[in-house]
Amino acid sequence: MGKSMAVRHFIFDAIKELFTGSKRYWSWIGFLLILLAHGVSSYVTQMQSGLVVTGMSDQVSWGFYISNFAFFVGIAAAAVLLVIPAYIFDRKDVKEVVLLGESMAIAAVLVALMFVMVDLGRPERIWHVIPYIGAFNFPDSILAWDTLVLSGYLLLNAATLCYVLFLHYHGKIPTSKLYFAVVVITMFWAISIHTVTAFMFSSNPSRAMWHTSLLGPRFIASAFASGPALIIITLGVIRSLTDYRFSQTVIDILALIMTVALQMTLFFVGVELFTDFYNEGHHGASIRYLFLGIEGLGNLRPWIWAALAMNLVAVSILMLHSLRRDMKWLYTACVLTFFGIWIEKGMGLVVPGFIPTTLGEVFEYSPTATEISIALGIWAFGMLVFTILAKTVVAVELGRLKYQDPNPYRPRAL
Amino acid sequence: MTNARSKRAASPASGMTRRKFIKRAGAAGSLAAAAASVPAVSAGAWGGETMQDAFGTFFQDQYKKMSPEEIEEALARIERRALRETGVRIKCENTPPIPGVVFGYAINISKCKGYRDCVYACVKENNLGRDSQMQYIRVLEMDRGTRNLEKADHYYDSEIVPQEGKYYLPVQCMQCDNPPCVKACPVEATWKEPDGIVVIDYNWCIGCRMCMSACPYWARHFNWTEPEVPAEEINPLTHYLGNRPRMRGVTEKCHFCVQRTRKGLLPACAEACPNGARIFGNLLDPDSEIRYVLENKDVFRLKEDLATEPKFWYFSD
Repeated sequence: MGKSMAVRHFIFDAIKELFTGSKRYWSWIGFLLILLAHGVSSYVTQMQSGLVVTGMSDQVSWGFYISNFAFFVGIAAAAVLLVIPAYIFDRKDVKEVVLLGESMAIAAVLVALMFVMVDLGRPERIWHVIPYIGAFNFPDSILAWDTLVLSGYLLLNAATLCYVLFLHYHGKIPTSKLYFAVVVITMFWAISIHTVTAFMFSSNPSRAMWHTSLLGPRFIASAFASGPALIIITLGVIRSLTDYRFSQTVIDILALIMTVALQMTLFFVGVELFTDFYNEGHHGASIRYLFLGIEGLGNLRPWIWAALAMNLVAVSILMLHSLRRDMKWLYTACVLTFFGIWIEKGMGLVVPGFIPTTLGEVFEYSPTATEISIALGIWAFGMLVFTILAKTVVAVELGRLKYQDPNPYRPRAL
Repeated sequence: MTNARSKRAASPASGMTRRKFIKRAGAAGSLAAAAASVPAVSAGAWGGETMQDAFGTFFQDQYKKMSPEEIEEALARIERRALRETGVRIKCENTPPIPGVVFGYAINISKCKGYRDCVYACVKENNLGRDSQMQYIRVLEMDRGTRNLEKADHYYDSEIVPQEGKYYLPVQCMQCDNPPCVKACPVEATWKEPDGIVVIDYNWCIGCRMCMSACPYWARHFNWTEPEVPAEEINPLTHYLGNRPRMRGVTEKCHFCVQRTRKGLLPACAEACPNGARIFGNLLDPDSEIRYVLENKDVFRLKEDLATEPKFWYFSD
């Protein structure tokens, strides 16, 4: 039997696995498909009328989409927190869940890329970014860098996941040197995707709030809080819904990383507040608008104060050992951190960067129903991708999905 | 959101929907007719275009990478499209930069009284979307004694100017010599021409708005909706990199009236100013008025600290 046959078996078996599930599984898939369909229909509206259906304007020219984009790049990067202990420190317990982490990275990168796509005024011209065919402004444009690192990260993660799953399916473990090299590259790559995303903002001296060298570190720190938060919640769901078991020490290490990362995130926020407010000037205008409002205009105040409150409560829970080790409290902290950072890095960072405008105009933004619907559709798509990948991973790891030689008496030639 | 739309233009234009209605009805009609008749080359299936034109536009290369023949075809397609959509026979040219010319602009803020004649002349000359209320020039009403833009009034009433204790500061694309917008564009859809004008290939722009984030002067504007100009108001003399018809989903901005200035004319804003506050000319010509101003007046530039090197100065008497 040739290699292609083996791949075909793997794919057929995986598809079979995806179509066998409980009622709960199908209602979940159905729910996601409904959200997705709603998002698609809203996107059709946007395609017909233009981005005028969003709340964006010349004043605030990026909104909910790019906010979500920035956040989900962080989620994708955070998968590295499983990859490092699994492969560099060779932790067996973390290896048990590393494939789920990579699945999450794939889903999150796809979500991030889709948020950029729906934000484009002329999505049908996306081929203009393809080097040689189009005109790729590399290395000048940071968005060109971002396109490169994000698609590279997607490929790296997809390749490792498929390779390892395929081997596990055949009851083997990956040993090749090339594989290890790819894993090491992926680690550095993970940091790069979020740093480059931060540079998309911080590279603009015209936008004082973004133009700080702290933005890159802030992005990484907050990603390393929100990422583990999502992974802990997801692992909890998988543990309760499937027979898949993994060591509690995985949760412990993720919770610890998350605690430190959230402490750093809040420290960075404090540092920025001090710098902007102690001798307040032009640089602090956006932060003032964000937290306090300017001349009565302050749409973002409830967002940012909610985020700050959520992150503070979360960090307090996480810093108390007894609470952090209690799963109920830990899940609470995870949910708070996830949404706290989602606001802090999204609506609380992207939008106020435009307010006041470069000509000093205070002009507000809030997302429209169409924008929210499209965003929910993309979230649903991400969860769908993750569900599909995670179901396959769990089936392979449980040994439910494994290679059955159609002719067991023939020596295997793989 | 309605707020966003109405606040964009300094003075609200008429909310015209009749034309849109007629256009939609017409499109629907022609589509029905095409469906009923034998499929012809110019059937409505490609949005009223021939398949050849639709494909030609879609696969059109970036302006600087096109051969002269390809550019000719692109210009012809633009003219055909305008004729089909508006019934107006426009001329779309690609007049090259004049050798030995780099354009510069200077505004005498003692003479500017905030009438906004420049704004409206620009709208007409450059075929700016009327419904979408696109404007390239923003005149700021400033309190005397400060140049703090955060204190500027963007929406002052230009019928009752000049106001006591105020001065006026027109802002538009400064055609920076070191343009951050050009650097930010991921697809090289915008670049600086040899005569110093920063231009956009509207057919190449993907609408990501990186340039809008990068611009320190709020000079770049986006077509959130289809820009529409009433047929009788269309300026038929157009330039590929300038005032030719634009489309939804792309960025545009002031281009120093490239269609005029490359033929030795003044930009529409300079011509429209009733007070002679606007000085435009060739920075490389030592005898030009702009050079006189730069050498003899106390000029300043906005946000010079950002090192974008604007070719746009301000001075006062």
